[in-house]
Amino acid sequence: MRRLAGWLDRHSRARLAMLLAAPMGWLVVAYLGSLALLFLNAFWSRDAFTGLVVRQFTPDNFIEIFTNPLYRNVTLRTIGMAVVVTLTCAVIAFPIAYYMARVASPRTKGLLAVAVVMPLWASYLVKAYTWRLILSNDGVLNWLLNPLGLRGPGLGESVVGLWLVFTYLWLPYMILPLYAGLERIPTSLLEASADLGGRSWTTFRRVIFPLVVPALVAGSIFTFSLTLGDYIAPSLITTTQFIGNLIYLNFGVPDLPFAAALSLVPLVIVVLYLLVARRLGAFEAL
Amino acid sequence: MDRPARILLRLATIAVLLFIYAPLALVIVYAFNRSGTSAWPPAGLTLNWFADAAANTGLRQALLTSIAAALGATSIALVLGTLASLAVARHRFFGRETISFVVIFPIALPGIVTGMALSTTFATTDLPLGLFAIIVGHATFSIVLVYNNVIARLRRAARSLEEASSDLGADSWQTFRYITFPTIRTALLAGGLLAFALSFDEVIVTLFTAGGLKTLPIWIFESFRLARQVSLVNVAGLVAILLSVIPVYIASRLTQDTGGVTGAKG
Repeated sequence: MRRLAGWLDRHSRARLAMLLAAPMGWLVVAYLGSLALLFLNAFWSRDAFTGLVVRQFTPDNFIEIFTNPLYRNVTLRTIGMAVVVTLTCAVIAFPIAYYMARVASPRTKGLLAVAVVMPLWASYLVKAYTWRLILSNDGVLNWLLNPLGLRGPGLGESVVGLWLVFTYLWLPYMILPLYAGLERIPTSLLEASADLGGRSWTTFRRVIFPLVVPALVAGSIFTFSLTLGDYIAPSLITTTQFIGNLIYLNFGVPDLPFAAALSLVPLVIVVLYLLVARRLGAFEAL
Repeated sequence: MDRPARILLRLATIAVLLFIYAPLALVIVYAFNRSGTSAWPPAGLTLNWFADAAANTGLRQALLTSIAAALGATSIALVLGTLASLAVARHRFFGRETISFVVIFPIALPGIVTGMALSTTFATTDLPLGLFAIIVGHATFSIVLVYNNVIARLRRAARSLEEASSDLGADSWQTFRYITFPTIRTALLAGGLLAFALSFDEVIVTLFTAGGLKTLPIWIFESFRLARQVSLVNVAGLVAILLSVIPVYIASRLTQDTGGVTGAKG
């Protein structure tokens, strides 16, 4: 041990190699290797009679995905949901993030940060499941709406409930980067805008908003990517299908090659989204 | 900012906090709800479901499996995350910037992609799914939590202590043992607690790698359909929330200076 340590002292490259070997080996073999196999599997097929995977190259899975309108519709529906959830989260997150960053006292600020972070870590599944109880026919929401003569979206075909649940689940992911982004804006800029006659709305539109775009995009990476790849919340809340449901369904058949091909759809969308996000400076705001 | 705007912002903040916390409060109420259905308002309070939950072998087994998986994944993440952060914080080399990116990758991609990738890999290589597969998956996306916490601490800590140590003749093991490790100890603990909490809760990747084995989240997911299990699910939900929130709360106390908990988690 001592001799090895002594040798390592004199060879800083060897020390570096020893530090990096295990973590990079793990991530490259276990993770990037798995992604490569996923990609390979997507071009295989499943024998309809034996149910076994045929390890021969075929583009059939992708032809099916691109020509069958079912997959196009579900993909578009999922993207639409991800966009709407992202926008909703941004609108709801802005006031609280602004209050935390620029109005609250340092003490309140700290408390609010913890208050926003803790629920983010509380069991995702339990939070989604609780919304099933809230939205059910005899649940809290209908109990609250009943006196007003209204009814909630329920747990049927409607995707309104799911929109609400996704917004609830991912909201903290939007609040936190937005809060950090707003906090970085120098107060002098806001004062300059006010001195030059800018009203609150003008200052928001011309100064605050442009400066906070990278933080907004950073938050949207989470809200967008998490919505795109979720199959648990949809299966708990609605009978309407999203891309995650179809992947999980084919995984259960089991038709792994087709499930693999389908899972490349959210993968490609998220990678494209990440590339756009990087251009907008979101990675510096993470 | 003018007064009305301040008041509006304060009201909006309170409204958002209510939106975030009301459903969590419901989890607690439902765990004590006598009726054992989703009907609101509750019919009365009872402790019976806790006794039932404790007596349910399937639920107990699932809890133990979750703890085992979380401990396994946390141990691996602690070792790998620390090694990677030491390399990046204390060495200059080609591709250094890439490391942070590779580490965050498993958590940035949708969980369903990670789950499918791991399960096709286990199927293609004829390895069995189960506890080992779960641990591999959880460890992979937990590395970033340890990495982020430790590297934040290493960047703030003065390097002069480590340099003084080696100037005084300590070898690299002694320097790590007596200087570096004490510096990063609480960051390691915080990263480990976060990794535990993330692993304990995870269900999206886990369902793809479990191969029939039930973790606590999987038990909850499969039991919610069974009407007579509702009350047990509510108790299990409360336990799941406590076992993830308590470690995170401790972690946030340990890293108040670096804000490790508020960092990326997906």
